[in-house]
Amino acid sequence: MPEPFLELIDIGKTYPGVVALDHVSLSVAPGEVIALLGENGAGKSTLMRVLGGVVPPSRGTIRIDGIDRTSYTVTDAIAAGIAFVHQELNLFDNLDVAGNVYIGREPVYGGPLRLIDRKTLRAKVLPLIARLGADFEPDTPLAELSLAQRQLVEIIKALSLDARCVIMDEPTSSLTLSETARLMQVIAGLKADGVSVIFITHRLNEVMQCADRAIVLRDGRMVGALSRDELNPAAMIRLMIGRDLRSIYVPPAAPPGEAVLDVVDAVTSTYPKRSVSLQLRRGEILGLAGLVGSGRTELARAIFGVDPLLAGGLQLEGAPIRIATPRTAIDRGIYLVPEDRKGCGLLLDLSIAENISLPDLAAHSRLGLVDTASETDNANRQRERLNIRATDVRTTVGTLSGGNQQKVVLAKWLSMRPKVLIFDEPTRGIDVGAKQEIYDMLRRLADAGVAILMISSDMEEVIGVSDRIAVMHEGRISGFLARGEFSEHNVLQLAVGHTI
Amino acid sequence: MHKKDLSLLVLILVVGAVVAFINPRFLLVGNLSNTANQVGMFGIFSIAEAFVIIVGGIELAVGSVIALLGVLFIDLIVNRDVDWILAFALIIAGGVLIGTVHGTLITKMKIQPFVVTLCGLLIYRGAARYYTEDATAGFGYGASFPMLEWLTAGRTNVLGFPLPHSVVALVIVAGIAWLVLHRSVYGRYFYAVGKNEEAARYSGINSDRVTISAYVICGGLTALSAVLIAMYTRSISPAVHGSFYELYAIAAAVLGGCSLRGGEGSIIGVVLGTILLQVLQNLVNLLGIPSSLNFAVMGTVILIGVLADQYLVQRRQRAPSVRGQVGAESKPATLERVSAE
Repeated sequence: MPEPFLELIDIGKTYPGVVALDHVSLSVAPGEVIALLGENGAGKSTLMRVLGGVVPPSRGTIRIDGIDRTSYTVTDAIAAGIAFVHQELNLFDNLDVAGNVYIGREPVYGGPLRLIDRKTLRAKVLPLIARLGADFEPDTPLAELSLAQRQLVEIIKALSLDARCVIMDEPTSSLTLSETARLMQVIAGLKADGVSVIFITHRLNEVMQCADRAIVLRDGRMVGALSRDELNPAAMIRLMIGRDLRSIYVPPAAPPGEAVLDVVDAVTSTYPKRSVSLQLRRGEILGLAGLVGSGRTELARAIFGVDPLLAGGLQLEGAPIRIATPRTAIDRGIYLVPEDRKGCGLLLDLSIAENISLPDLAAHSRLGLVDTASETDNANRQRERLNIRATDVRTTVGTLSGGNQQKVVLAKWLSMRPKVLIFDEPTRGIDVGAKQEIYDMLRRLADAGVAILMISSDMEEVIGVSDRIAVMHEGRISGFLARGEFSEHNVLQLAVGHTI
Repeated sequence: MHKKDLSLLVLILVVGAVVAFINPRFLLVGNLSNTANQVGMFGIFSIAEAFVIIVGGIELAVGSVIALLGVLFIDLIVNRDVDWILAFALIIAGGVLIGTVHGTLITKMKIQPFVVTLCGLLIYRGAARYYTEDATAGFGYGASFPMLEWLTAGRTNVLGFPLPHSVVALVIVAGIAWLVLHRSVYGRYFYAVGKNEEAARYSGINSDRVTISAYVICGGLTALSAVLIAMYTRSISPAVHGSFYELYAIAAAVLGGCSLRGGEGSIIGVVLGTILLQVLQNLVNLLGIPSSLNFAVMGTVILIGVLADQYLVQRRQRAPSVRGQVGAESKPATLERVSAE
């Protein structure tokens, strides 16, 4: 293997109160394919953002071609031949392929009008398309391309900048099997041309297939490196887990009761060929684990009536029900605490009291007029019960901290009679203290007879709070775990599609 | 009263005082009564517009609807001998129908409100002109509807002031609209949908129905003002009648604190906005400013008002705000972003 041209030495990155990267070193040689592994939040994306010049490191050295870089921006990274293929693709839907590749660098005829030289543009892009063997033309509108093709456009853009190292953040997470195979070929082709590739992935078989080595991060630290002949799933998973999880589990007061909600062969639009069946029981917290993009949020949205179910059905307390809108779900006692708290969970400009009463305003009204006294009374009760820290229930929700905002979402549903409560990432972006309060509330609700489904990507949370875990992988349930079988190893195995 | 409404009221009083100082004829009972009459007629369709703007929409067809329904109303009672009470009911129903169509196209067919109502603006104007063959519709000699005329265009002496009945209508409409928007369950839904439709949906609000009903209310109220304006002008040239009225309505709503992004605005503000616009109109006449500058004066004052408001908002944001924050709980925003990763 030739000498590395790119070295990250002892990189650290801290945000106020959070250590995102801690003494991480990485070197990249020409033509090397490196897989970057780790759980959600392990620091992979932060490391790649440092490499791409998007965020400056708090400490450490970036050395390119033997020269230490003191200041290092996105422009410097591009000039050094480091290209980022973004997870949420940064392309323009309203331009064609060539226009996207050379955006901001269009070849122009001389003269004050700076007309784009379309012929040269096409001539520059054609060989790059041929090099990747892509099945589109320079003038194909981007809007007509699939996600996989758009990814190729991003790679072409990288090549057009003479990239020596291409970074891909979960490039295969939304590709089909044949598209993934195609991308693997493209990566092999780049490697043959001496271009290095660093890719973040959760799919271990892809790592086996095309990586020269794998780097594993955990909690911002580099915990292991595996060379080509050491790459096997067991070794990778062993490195990815291994944290000491604090024991935060509080057992339920009574064993789970009868079934409250049955999800029978539910099909959502993200994975139209896969279906999900699961059962929520009275007094039980069912954790729903899985990788980002495995279809958990879509399932929650379908149960709550935000999106339609393509097939399959729901049974509430044994009787089949049809839920077309959130209103029907709410009227039946099925509530959702959504993942996107600020966009979907709350109206940030409204007050605490107004947010809490919104789904149940009829109960706080007389002759169609809002009974503000009743609204305020209820909000005050909930504020006390959930310990919402605000001077007044007429305070605007937008001024509260994340934890208190989440409590307001919860208060909204607790004012009514929940039968089924679905939480989508209930403690995302919430400080430790408020997290514990929300866990306590989950347990108290379960003990009061509510059936709870908790979607979470936080391993500590899934293992520490759930009574039972269902793991999703690419639109289906890859396995259930009973309390005795809980381990990071088992959850991760199922999440990447293996069996235990 | 909202702080914003209060500053608008102060502005009106200041402008009024300046005009009165320069030209005392401003305070003559006749002038005030006529200005009030204008406020009455314009206020009703401005409130109509506000409903739509509050749910995050826009209605550009107001002026054309006023022309079309005005023409139809006069035709019904003058030429077709329809009883005026029935004709009035038919016209209101027509306005409601137009609102329903607009609202349905916007929510169910997902066409942008600007486009839908722009098409409406063109269609109704064309229909009005075609219906009368571009002739002026009016009352012939001898045609007389004393009861209707008294109700719509009449004035009642209140403590020596001839109060136009259009103002009475506006007070009633504004009172009900205030109750609906600021006190009722449905009003809460209007603001919620206008602020964040997605979050409203997650709270079980049928946002399509709320949006459609805003357009229906707008259509109905516009029809009411169409009748009042027709009875006041007594003759309608369908090519120009009511033109630019939608812009008066939008201007009044914006002056009254409505945001074109939706979810904001108060009824009192809209009424005050209407008053300010009419006082400005009056100012142009009384101060001997060429009437061709009418729109330019109005545009300038609105622009200055909006700029001043923006300046105040920014200054408030720059000042460290303690209100509503809870010391121990507030964390730098960056932390949230990191842990949200």
